[in-house]
Amino acid sequence: MRPLRKLLDRLGPHFSQGGRLHSYQAIYEMVDTLLYSPPDVSRHQPHVRDAIDLKRVMGLVVIGVAPCALVAMWNTGYQANLAMQELGLPAPADWRGSLMAALSIGHDPDHVGAAMFYGLLYFLPVYAVTILAGGFWEVLFAGIRNHEVNEGFFVTSILYALTLPATTPLWQVAIGISFGVVIAKEIFGGTGKNWMNPALAGRAFLYFAYPVEMSGESVWVPPVDVVTGATPLAIGAERGVAGIVEQGVTWMDAFLGGIQGSLGETSALACLVGGAFIMYTGVASWRIIAGVMLGMAATATLFNAIGSDTNPMYAMPWYWHLVLGGFAFGTVFMATDPVTACVTNLGRWIFGLLVGLLTVVIRVVNIAFPEGIMLAILFANIFAPTIDHLVMQANIGRRLRRSA
Amino acid sequence: MSSAAKHALIDPIVDENPVTLQVLGICSALAVTTSLLPSLYMCLALTMVASLSNAAVSAIRKVLPSSIRIIVQMTIIASLVIVVDESLKAFAFETSRELSVFVGLIITNCIVLGRTESFASKNPVGLSFLDGIGNGLGYSLILILVASTRELLGSGTLLGYTILPTLAEGGWYNPNGMMLLPPSAFFVIGLIIWGLRTWKAEQVEQPEFRIHEVHRTEAF
Repeated sequence: MRPLRKLLDRLGPHFSQGGRLHSYQAIYEMVDTLLYSPPDVSRHQPHVRDAIDLKRVMGLVVIGVAPCALVAMWNTGYQANLAMQELGLPAPADWRGSLMAALSIGHDPDHVGAAMFYGLLYFLPVYAVTILAGGFWEVLFAGIRNHEVNEGFFVTSILYALTLPATTPLWQVAIGISFGVVIAKEIFGGTGKNWMNPALAGRAFLYFAYPVEMSGESVWVPPVDVVTGATPLAIGAERGVAGIVEQGVTWMDAFLGGIQGSLGETSALACLVGGAFIMYTGVASWRIIAGVMLGMAATATLFNAIGSDTNPMYAMPWYWHLVLGGFAFGTVFMATDPVTACVTNLGRWIFGLLVGLLTVVIRVVNIAFPEGIMLAILFANIFAPTIDHLVMQANIGRRLRRSA
Repeated sequence: MSSAAKHALIDPIVDENPVTLQVLGICSALAVTTSLLPSLYMCLALTMVASLSNAAVSAIRKVLPSSIRIIVQMTIIASLVIVVDESLKAFAFETSRELSVFVGLIITNCIVLGRTESFASKNPVGLSFLDGIGNGLGYSLILILVASTRELLGSGTLLGYTILPTLAEGGWYNPNGMMLLPPSAFFVIGLIIWGLRTWKAEQVEQPEFRIHEVHRTEAF
């Protein structure tokens, strides 16, 4: 590793004030702080004695997302191979198929390695485009505004990529992340100053701009357009839980993740495992997650009790809401974003309950949108500062009365 | 043309644009800009109302009691809006149906009342008329920019003529559905304001408070 450090040290002066490459300092700093801890030492008070910093927080989230990413790759390949086997299709003729043939990896859906590799060939381009397009904006703004490119974008990029369907055209991936990074984050001042989750904002932009590729009208099974139908949530909106089970999707399937859906959202189990990790490390607030679960369960139970003759979604029990669509993924990784969620403990409960409530209301009552978690979180993001303000005012009032 | 007249006519187009600097008239800018043709009619209607009401208010400014001036101004504006609305219905019925209530809502457009109240009630008739025209043009400029962007990206057409052939018609362009929804006008207007204030830095508002920014390498 030493030659690398030496190389960076030798290049350093060129990027510092007065150096020839000063305009590109953001890029140098990005590479340097990614590979090594910053050498700067604080010389004045306050001296913070804590190993946790932004880099470590973001690193922990990336580790937390890893199970979802792995399941995403396996499931994408598995669904594709399964569809090809069921329809008796030959191996696809695109570059992925050719590469798999060249490496003589078959398209057997029961072969986990083959499915993983095939899924990887879908996930990688999406992720690479996300990193390139989003990274371009990050570096551009960091350069102009003289701030750093920080690790926050790693989390944004992987979360964004995992919320997309595997078949999203790559230019749409680029437009979506550009919107998320520029409009939702950079114009408010960059990481830590955004009030809206950038990954989710990019996803929402694509959802409204290109609904054909994004919404749950047809399932996204690469590589064939032959397989059309509806995602489990869309079926649920038409025929309820019974309809989903008729399609051969059991609760366990939906929980483990072997169903169709956007890349990373299908497996509630992987989300919960990752969620347990980031809650244990203290990166995500357990109060928000508990609030979302409670709000969702209470609202779903309320709708069960109300009942409806025409809308089967009213009868969907809470444990189905938990495993379908992006609920688990959004709850664990999107709602808990420390920047855009509430920061007071009571506020976190209220924030979570609001997300859970809105998710179920949108899913059940609004027939136009099969999925509700994305809009629910963005909506709650808007209210997060107000909730915090009210919680703090209440606390100030309480303490004033006590001392009066 | 005298210097005052030139200022009254030219300034509102870029330097004191009613939409981007004063952020007025946003409501109609969101509602009617899905396509270019109705926006053009809207611009025409607003410019007519703004200039004529400015002239009318200015003409009676010396006999108008201050205590009832707003009501009188509103009456003048409302009458002019009705005239414009009826003319649109007579000569461009299809477009007037597309614009629906938004022509009538020019009555509540802050640009019109704002100009009669702040300019026409203190300035002579000719100058007020030019000020109305200028503000109408400033509004029109933004509306046309927004509407062109939205129609081009949202449907691939301009004034109904195909510019970018869409996938549905066998072309290559995948229209951006977001552009047909009102929020997109917010984004487009926001981007225009961003661009304009980068170009003309004197239009940037003073922030109410500032977060102290220190670069990491300067902090220690």
